[in-house]
Amino acid sequence: MHWASLVSQSLQEALGPTAVVYALAAIGLNVNFGYTGLLNFGQAGFMAIGGYTMASFIATWGLPFWLAIVAGLFFTVVLAFILGIPTLRLRADYLAIVTIAASEIIRYTLGSVTLLKWFGGQDGLIHFEQSFSNANPYHSTINLGIVSWRPYDFWLLTVGWIIIAIGCVLVWLLMRSPWGRVLKGIREDEDAVRSLGKNVYLYKMQSLILGGLFGAVAGFLIALQHTNMNPTWVATDTTFFAYTVLLLGGAARILGPVLGSIVFWFLISFLGLLFGALTAGANPTIPEWIMSNQQASLVRLIVMGLALMLLMIFRPQGILGDRRELAIDAR
Amino acid sequence: MHARRRHLAALLAAAAAFLLIPLGAGAASAAPATCVKPPPRNDDSIHVIGCLTDTRHTPPTPVSGVVISVSDTSGKTVGTDKSDKTGIFDVPLPGSAADVVGETFVIHIHTDTLPKGAALRDPKEVTLKTQIQLSSDVYVTFPIGPDLTPETSVAVQALQLAAGGLVFSFLLAMASLGLSMIFGTTGLTNFAHGELVTFGAVVAFGIDSLPGNITVAGVNITMVTAVAVAIVASTFFGWLQDKILWKPLRKKGVGLIAAMIVSIGLSIFLRNIFQYVAGAANHNYSQWTSPEPWHIGPILMTPKDIGVMCFSAVVLVLISLAVQKTRIGKATRAVADNPALAASSGINVDRVISVVWSVGAGLAGLSGVLLGMTQGFDYQIGFKILLLVFAAVVLGGLGSVWGAILGSFIIGIFIEVSTLFIPAELKFVGALLVLIVVLLFRPQGLLGRAERVG
Repeated sequence: MHWASLVSQSLQEALGPTAVVYALAAIGLNVNFGYTGLLNFGQAGFMAIGGYTMASFIATWGLPFWLAIVAGLFFTVVLAFILGIPTLRLRADYLAIVTIAASEIIRYTLGSVTLLKWFGGQDGLIHFEQSFSNANPYHSTINLGIVSWRPYDFWLLTVGWIIIAIGCVLVWLLMRSPWGRVLKGIREDEDAVRSLGKNVYLYKMQSLILGGLFGAVAGFLIALQHTNMNPTWVATDTTFFAYTVLLLGGAARILGPVLGSIVFWFLISFLGLLFGALTAGANPTIPEWIMSNQQASLVRLIVMGLALMLLMIFRPQGILGDRRELAIDAR
Repeated sequence: MHARRRHLAALLAAAAAFLLIPLGAGAASAAPATCVKPPPRNDDSIHVIGCLTDTRHTPPTPVSGVVISVSDTSGKTVGTDKSDKTGIFDVPLPGSAADVVGETFVIHIHTDTLPKGAALRDPKEVTLKTQIQLSSDVYVTFPIGPDLTPETSVAVQALQLAAGGLVFSFLLAMASLGLSMIFGTTGLTNFAHGELVTFGAVVAFGIDSLPGNITVAGVNITMVTAVAVAIVASTFFGWLQDKILWKPLRKKGVGLIAAMIVSIGLSIFLRNIFQYVAGAANHNYSQWTSPEPWHIGPILMTPKDIGVMCFSAVVLVLISLAVQKTRIGKATRAVADNPALAASSGINVDRVISVVWSVGAGLAGLSGVLLGMTQGFDYQIGFKILLLVFAAVVLGGLGSVWGAILGSFIIGIFIEVSTLFIPAELKFVGALLVLIVVLLFRPQGLLGRAERVG
């Protein structure tokens, strides 16, 4: 067992494109759930709208990159309105069910054979990263001691981490503004905020839009990361992973999602690599009848599910959170 | 898979109805034979074959003596034939199959040779263009007389789809009932309910995979045993889940939203364990894999489907009666209505919730094994239908027993019949859109009470 290589590979994952994508998705959920108390379970849907709009604008319709990005953000706002109007007046669990249903509607529709010629069906879309890749200033493998990245990945990382930094500052500024205090007030007691004359519905809608926009950016990056946009990137589990990331780092904390994503992807890839190594080869450390190499890849997900349960039961505030701030069961 | 099979069944049914009606009637009235195909040849040539029938009569009568000519793309006629007394025309194409595959031919009907009174359904369609794609004969037709088929065939298709949807509805109803009862008494939106469904299917698969068959007096009862074991195991699983997880959480005062997220963790945890145990492949049980369908009126149903429906109906009726009439059922409704008041009037709320979890999980497990029997299963069958279960429950009204059942039937039949109008791959989309539209106009659901929504 090469522990050093295991740690280095896991670290690479923890700082790499996947962690960036999930950090952004979780920042969006933090605005929705952490600060406003909205149970948006459709983050994968927002990611799908972002990623697919960008990919199809470029690959299918041959439009420029900047327009694709603008359109992606625009359609995300539209989706937030469509989801928010019927559900934001309802109880929290209804919003959860509707948003999860909407994200599945989007995934089924975009992945369908019926729309194959525009969105590529289950194989998805390719050849849309040219403009992004042309702007890449790096030309050789970037080696930072124990971690190294291909130039394209490092370019994606640079952009991703800059966006995350901007996003964190933005959320920090917003949440300490009067606007942010209203959101937190809605999370704690909707009726109290309403009695102060605030239009709760409007604030919730703004929160849903802002969170969705972070999701859309995560969608752009997940498409660029894989240089392919297909329905599997935006399955329901994507949203669940993003929630785990958020809750692990600590909801209602600016850096919670970022730290959560780093820790989450470090652990996930470490477990994956560890059990992969333990079951590999002709004479594996764990006997075949207990765990095959294929089963080994499931262990990390089993652990993840268990971890999400235990986290929610014993430390709902996550690593950074403050239990007093986050009374999750406000409703 | 499911969709395709249903679709095929619908087509078969439509085709069967189409064939049966004229043939049956023809035998009775001893009308002239229609469309007697030429005997199969054993040479390497391709023929253009077709049959002309006049649908002004019932059964359609053959139209004879009509001249059909076939020409190639340059307009040169390569063959002609006259329809015989059974309506058949048969034009051999020149050369062997290899010569004509990929070529395009135009088939022309000489309308002046049609008998008096007979006219093409579409007077403009006197030529057909066909490209030879396989080295087998090409069948073409020129419809004559009024179009009789569409109405019956759409109706029959709808009926066939509805029948398929009905089978699914019963299974959906059992899963929904469990979810709705658990929600009603504990307020938990259980995202791990789908895994209770899968649990039943996996347990039954475990029993079914044991070596050998279980027989009593020479009758193979492996699947019957598997269903029984699955129900018992699922019931126990539900009881155990409540005992070691949900009850301590309630005692700890964990909020509903936190509990909902715990259920998401549990769903991921269990789903991956199922995959660990049963693999990622799609499984079928060993018994009753391809039963002969029965003709019931115009539609086809397998005895298995009918058995599944009858069994589910009995279970649903028993559970509904139990909720309505028995002591524990009344206690359940009291707890769902107001737990504090129920507790203060002497009802043991924890015991009621424990029973509800057991029964709900048992129903879900039964739904899973029956789903596995009707359409096969994999490790995420429950997760796949979870949103449909939610849709059914929200449509009927969260927490309402009758609502869950009603919602399931609407959703179950709707998703199948909707495939008449939308591609089968998008049928779930339709059901989920219904969910959103219902929330827009009647958020408490069809049978729910407005005050529940808040």
